[in-house]
Amino acid sequence: MPTPSRYWREIPQRYRLEGEKCKGCGRIAFPPRPVCPGCGGREFEAVKLAESGRLLTYTVIRVAPEGYEDQSPYAVGIAELDDGARLTAQVVDCDFADLKVGLRVRLEFRKIHEEGEAGVIHYGYKFVPA
Amino acid sequence: MRDVAVIGVGMTKWGELWDKSLRNLFVESALLAIEDAGVEKIDSMVVGCMSSGLFTGQEHLASLLSDYLGRNPIPAARVESACSSGGLAFRQGFLEVASGMSDVVLVGGVEKMTDVTGCEATFALGTAADQEYEGYHGLTFPGLYAMMAVAHMDRYGTTRDQLSMVAAKNHDNGSKNPLAQYPFKVSVEAVNKSVLVADPLRILDCSPITDGAAAVILCPLEAARKAKKPAVRIAGSGHATDTIALASRADLAWLESTRLAADKALAMAGRKVEDMDLFEVHDCFTIAEIMVTEALGLVERGRGGRAVEDGLTALGGKFPVNPSGGLKAKGHPVGATGVAQVVEVVKQLRGEAGERQVKGAERGLTQNMGGTGGSALVHIFEAG
Repeated sequence: MPTPSRYWREIPQRYRLEGEKCKGCGRIAFPPRPVCPGCGGREFEAVKLAESGRLLTYTVIRVAPEGYEDQSPYAVGIAELDDGARLTAQVVDCDFADLKVGLRVRLEFRKIHEEGEAGVIHYGYKFVPA
Repeated sequence: MRDVAVIGVGMTKWGELWDKSLRNLFVESALLAIEDAGVEKIDSMVVGCMSSGLFTGQEHLASLLSDYLGRNPIPAARVESACSSGGLAFRQGFLEVASGMSDVVLVGGVEKMTDVTGCEATFALGTAADQEYEGYHGLTFPGLYAMMAVAHMDRYGTTRDQLSMVAAKNHDNGSKNPLAQYPFKVSVEAVNKSVLVADPLRILDCSPITDGAAAVILCPLEAARKAKKPAVRIAGSGHATDTIALASRADLAWLESTRLAADKALAMAGRKVEDMDLFEVHDCFTIAEIMVTEALGLVERGRGGRAVEDGLTALGGKFPVNPSGGLKAKGHPVGATGVAQVVEVVKQLRGEAGERQVKGAERGLTQNMGGTGGSALVHIFEAG
């Protein structure tokens, strides 16, 4: 089981959707990184990601990894947000039959999973149909 | 750089091998390759292994395996690049001989995957994806390839049946390979009806959990001409990387790293992809083979599903893909896969592939990739 610091250091992204916008080319990096993957620039301004977008693809996980078995089956998708950033997250409050490429979604703050009975409870963002 | 050839190959039977350990699997395949090459002296060895740490709790692998092969104190290195660890180990061995640093190099690939439960194995494989921004959300490898499949089907109209045809074709080929984990045929209907793992991928779309090893011996081409078996020259080597997080890719239905690695390898060999007589590619999931045939340039973008439906990639087709049975039927001990692809191409170019022999094969290509395409290796081989 990882130490809590591993979880804690990602909180700005997982709780507050903090990304960085490159001052050179305007590309949003999420999570933030020291070198812009678009132009190699190293100067950024902090931005909060858009809270809605559309699904680019999705799946329904039927065989879950360790720690997620009790949630299965669950949907996961990749969405492009309205500011161009792309995120991977679960898609919840949605019938699997309604999943489709192009589905409008918004981000909500939800519980992701628990590290056993005494470990850290992980939170973060999930997609819900908009 | 010197020309380099493969002069010996070896591979164990693959499967769920309860009675065999990681070290025993490696040594078995390495001794087969050494015997096949007819060499005594090995100058150096490189081993591809994705995750002996998570699968068996063992690191410091290269020295351990060199010891059990009775080859201490030769230099030995372990190479990791997820599911392309074997392909990358092969490239490192090639570079070592080409550069003149070593004359005879043993390249091995090994993975012992059944010493842990299925759940733990799924976790270990998942470490090839972005743990913080994919794994955190409960994504698995079948899940990532399923999302690539959905994107491909949505854009190009690739069908459920076409996915199943990849599995059926590779099991047909694998039924002719006695070393395959699943040497039997599977029908399109059986794939279509098998249990869902990550929609739309079903269990028979997925390569299995496998224990296995493979090994090859490399030396300069000049020396290889005096070896006991016909030499197979490594004519081209290409390697490229991409983001390991799928969401960061410009196109979710395209494998850019494979295209780049193939372009480099073919340019080095001075060949076109249509000059190749056979292809061993990374069909970890059925959709992967469809996308690889596009990235290699065998067909246009979006036509990979049509290619398998039309028989283009069948054993008797214009471009035979995965005559060995591929990862699907032969098995996928992740670190060994890239080396076993070389073993198959060498056997084919020597005319030693038995029932699955591609008649008159003179040139072959291997394509091995890590994760969802975060790394890709392509090698070109020519007889003589």
